[in-house]
Amino acid sequence: MSLQIASFRSRWRAFTDGAVTFLAILATVLVVAPLVAIFVYLIFKGARSLNVDFFTQIPKPVGEAGGGMANAIVGSGVLLGIASLLGVPVGIGGGIYLAEFGRGTKLATAIRFTADVLNGVPSIVMGIAAYSLIVLPQKHFSALAGGVALGIMMIPTVCRTTEEMLLMVPHAIREAALGLGVPNWRSVLSITVKTASPGIITGCMLAFARVAGETAPLLFTALGNSFWSTDLNREIAALPLQIYVYALSPYDEWHRLAWAGALVLIALIVMAVSLVRYVTSRGVLKGAS
Amino acid sequence: MPDIRISHPQVPSEPRVADAKQMAEAPRTEASAIRKFLLSRGNSAVADGFFHALIVLCALSIFGIVILIATELVLRSDLAWNKFGLSFFFKAYFDPGTGLPSYWDPVNGHFSALPFVYGTLISSFLSLLLAVPLAIGLAIFLTEMCPGALRGPLAFLTELLAAIPSIIYGLWAVFILVPLLREHVNPVLIKSLGWTGLFRDDNPTGLGYVSAAVILAIMILPIISSLTREVMTAVPHSQREAVLALGATRWEMIRMGVLRNARIGIVGAVILGLGRALGETMAVTMVIGNSAEINRSLLSNGSSMAAVIANEFAEASGDLHRSALIEIGLALFVVTILVNALARILVWFVTRGAPARVH
Repeated sequence: MSLQIASFRSRWRAFTDGAVTFLAILATVLVVAPLVAIFVYLIFKGARSLNVDFFTQIPKPVGEAGGGMANAIVGSGVLLGIASLLGVPVGIGGGIYLAEFGRGTKLATAIRFTADVLNGVPSIVMGIAAYSLIVLPQKHFSALAGGVALGIMMIPTVCRTTEEMLLMVPHAIREAALGLGVPNWRSVLSITVKTASPGIITGCMLAFARVAGETAPLLFTALGNSFWSTDLNREIAALPLQIYVYALSPYDEWHRLAWAGALVLIALIVMAVSLVRYVTSRGVLKGAS
Repeated sequence: MPDIRISHPQVPSEPRVADAKQMAEAPRTEASAIRKFLLSRGNSAVADGFFHALIVLCALSIFGIVILIATELVLRSDLAWNKFGLSFFFKAYFDPGTGLPSYWDPVNGHFSALPFVYGTLISSFLSLLLAVPLAIGLAIFLTEMCPGALRGPLAFLTELLAAIPSIIYGLWAVFILVPLLREHVNPVLIKSLGWTGLFRDDNPTGLGYVSAAVILAIMILPIISSLTREVMTAVPHSQREAVLALGATRWEMIRMGVLRNARIGIVGAVILGLGRALGETMAVTMVIGNSAEINRSLLSNGSSMAAVIANEFAEASGDLHRSALIEIGLALFVVTILVNALARILVWFVTRGAPARVH
């Protein structure tokens, strides 16, 4: 009798083990499926409508075939330029503090924690902040406001990746520099940061790619524009904004352009992510991030 | 990697540097005695001081940003605070003529965030319901079962899933996911679960809470699963070996040895995913239907806090309207800060004593 119970239990245990293995594999398939679907559709639908016009023409009025997103690509470039001017130096500075000066202090722990929390704040809130900081006093939408909103979003990401990369630099290198009589600021900038620079640059690129796809903070700061504009004080077009407008429009021609824009955006992001993986898989920075 | 802090062990014999005892006992997080000595005799005190101040300023700017956002949001939403107070979030104005609730009426100046709070909560919790089992399953597969050759590519794929911008998820959802749900999933839900009243066949568009929840689930999956993976790899191998040595099957080992040790961190990962879902804007705006109503049916159109801001902010009809939208933004800010802080503390609680991360 007890033998029977034992054999039933062992069969039950073997069964649950197999069932869980099956469920885990099923979960993995279910997670990978939408990703594959998204990429297949992007490439399938985007590649068909991607042509030279897309990169050289500005949007045509409704009903006319053709047209492109040249103004949106340039506009995104302007916005990202402003964002990088603000986000990259401040973020790298913060990362240097966390890794070089504040290591182990309470202030550094608090800053690291705040940066992580700030990373989780919805991007639309950043948009409202930039709106009330810049758009309301100026009384008009502007590229500057959009750039500042994106720049604020870059700071915590750049700060944390810079810290992680700097932590991978061996102590002996710092000591060698100091031992030669190099002042501390010089040793940090020319030795530590330089050693970690491939990682820091790719970290910045990752942050760059991430904000390149942000739409919510631009909705009421940069606003979008269907004509050429590079004026910092005026509304400016941006790739994600244009995709948003086109995706919700009722015209097939515009849907086509939206898919093409999405393909361009995703190509930029895949490049950045792969680059980060490549850099962190070799040399001194192996294992970071 | 063994990191070498003391390059020349014979240096302590030099009395000017430091005594040997102090060096031997120095904790590993502190700068070594050599560094302290070299830093103290620097001949460029002005430049160093300036650089240090600059760097500290950069670091403090992160606090500055949080304070700046908070003050701006509070100051710019005072109109709505004064008019509606806290009841903004849970009370509706009832039209005296018809007796029907009027939640969001910019023309007559009646504002209540109730339908948006409801939409945000419903879509987020539905998405967690869908995403959490899948994320934990994926994490279990990647850490405990996956053959080594598959682990790298799969981890890379999920990382990529986290990097896709929400506008692209939205685009894909509008053109592929919503038609798919409308044609094949919603009829099944209505047929089999229609009796609960949660799935009513009154919305031919396919947009609504369910569509929003599905796309949200796809978006928060990689965040939950990568953090779950991190806390699961932080569980020491001795725990697994001990359970296996008692004759456990692999599932029993995972359940008793890994999940039980990592559970607080997994809860943290889920809460972090919740924080992301609460604030997600573009994809939700594109598929939730955007109507300021409260519907019992999960298939009907709704709206969320982030979606209403995205839709109406640029053309707000007046100061009160804008101020009400900023108040919703403030609520979103405070809630996501709290949720993220809680999640970070839970994850930190598990991984702090962990050995170096294994990839």
